[in-house]
Amino acid sequence: MIAMEVLFVLFALAALTGAVLMIAVRNPVHSVLFMLLTFVNVAAMFVLLNAYFVAVIQVLVYTGAILVLFLFVVMLLGQQRRPVPEVVRSVQAPVAILVGLALVVEVVGVVVASAVTAGHKGHDTPQAIAAAGGNVQALGQQLYTTWLLPFEVASVLLLVAAVGAVFLAKEEI
Amino acid sequence: MAEFFITLIKIIVLFGGVLTVMAYLTYFERKVVARMQSRIGPNRTGPIGLMQPLADGLKLLTKEPFVPRRADKVVFLLAPVLAFIPALLTWAVVPFGPDFTVLGRKISMVVADVNVALIYMLAMSSVGVYGIIMAGWGSNNKYAVMGALRSSAQVISYEVALGLSLIGTIMIAGSLNLGDIIHAQQGTYVGFVPRWNVIPQIVGFTLFLTSAIAETNRAPFDLPEAESELVAGYHVEYSGFGFAMFFLAEYINMLTVSAVASVAFLGGWLGPAIPFVPAPINGVVWMLLKMSIFIFFYFWLRSTLPRFRYDQLMSLCWKVMLPLALLNILVTGIVKLFV
Repeated sequence: MIAMEVLFVLFALAALTGAVLMIAVRNPVHSVLFMLLTFVNVAAMFVLLNAYFVAVIQVLVYTGAILVLFLFVVMLLGQQRRPVPEVVRSVQAPVAILVGLALVVEVVGVVVASAVTAGHKGHDTPQAIAAAGGNVQALGQQLYTTWLLPFEVASVLLLVAAVGAVFLAKEEI
Repeated sequence: MAEFFITLIKIIVLFGGVLTVMAYLTYFERKVVARMQSRIGPNRTGPIGLMQPLADGLKLLTKEPFVPRRADKVVFLLAPVLAFIPALLTWAVVPFGPDFTVLGRKISMVVADVNVALIYMLAMSSVGVYGIIMAGWGSNNKYAVMGALRSSAQVISYEVALGLSLIGTIMIAGSLNLGDIIHAQQGTYVGFVPRWNVIPQIVGFTLFLTSAIAETNRAPFDLPEAESELVAGYHVEYSGFGFAMFFLAEYINMLTVSAVASVAFLGGWLGPAIPFVPAPINGVVWMLLKMSIFIFFYFWLRSTLPRFRYDQLMSLCWKVMLPLALLNILVTGIVKLFV
């Protein structure tokens, strides 16, 4: 069990390092690559939690598709280094600090709130998941019974976004 | 602790096996293509040229690793590693034969028997594209960037078709575990035709084969490295072992795709018993035979078909293969529900 904790610390440190460097480095391509580091380590943490399906989807969708598109866009835009206008800098810094602080408060709040309920986290215990036939089956059951409506609404939302993107990209249809 | 050592032995055997087979794949390819072009192929190094892969490897190892002056050094050096490692990681979930018992201990012929094996393989193949993009961008060379851009667009597009073409087989087995997918193909139709997925999933099989060739950047879909227009594509600036690692990754990916095709559509290690051969080895022999059919198919295509044009390749994926794959899923679902 100690091995698990050591691994968790390693992955967490790597994920945090990636996240910090992502915003710290100047080169946008390097930023995306550090984001890749963070995503892969988050996937590794899902594996430590026995959530194989979520881990694999994290790698397949986020690192394998979305981040590749990011990299694509950053590479196509090239590296024109324009100086940041003074107005942007003077407005951006206070707003960024404010939003950052709000995020910290939220994250701390969630951590504190979930610590209170630790030990009874709903009915999807490891035993229940094993009885349902594994991660994939358990998640599928949940998605198509309890969470059917949110699931379908989310898919319609994605469809709308896809149609909108095609409409914006095509000049004449 | 015993479990740990068994897994360690499996990893070492697999690692050595994959790398050896991969090395001889180059020899096999050169021989097959030579035969199809009425040549002899490598025959100078060792008996009938069998030492050629070793000589090639040594040659690549002793070459100077050259980094272009304006290149992004870290990205440039990291790229071949990121192409190579995901290619190898995929092999952790490939089953080579039925479980067997040694000294009262049940041993399965797969390193990690996870229940999401099939999408794990897809995920790893999608991560492999980073090696290509980083190589293209890190080299600071316009041909390399063009090759990398083409490759990433191609791989992302065909990954969708690849995943969707496999869903039919997942629906038949009701599981993402490769062992379960193989077990679902046991038995026969009308007494002698094996119950392999290739028969009910012939559409899925065709789509899988086509998109797999695009996904591994092989001819006739090898546009990322089209010699005649891009010199060599994303690895134009690499020499020595950096180049060798891209080469290794490409051939290992071909092996992987052949393994997935054998497992998902041709019943994996299932096959009639060979006389005087114990069951586990029998399974391994069938698995390797089926894989070599696909490998041969790759080489056959390469020496037969001319290269596609890039826009043809993309519209084939989005306008033909994706709708067909979705239709295949729909029909499979209806058949599974009502028949």
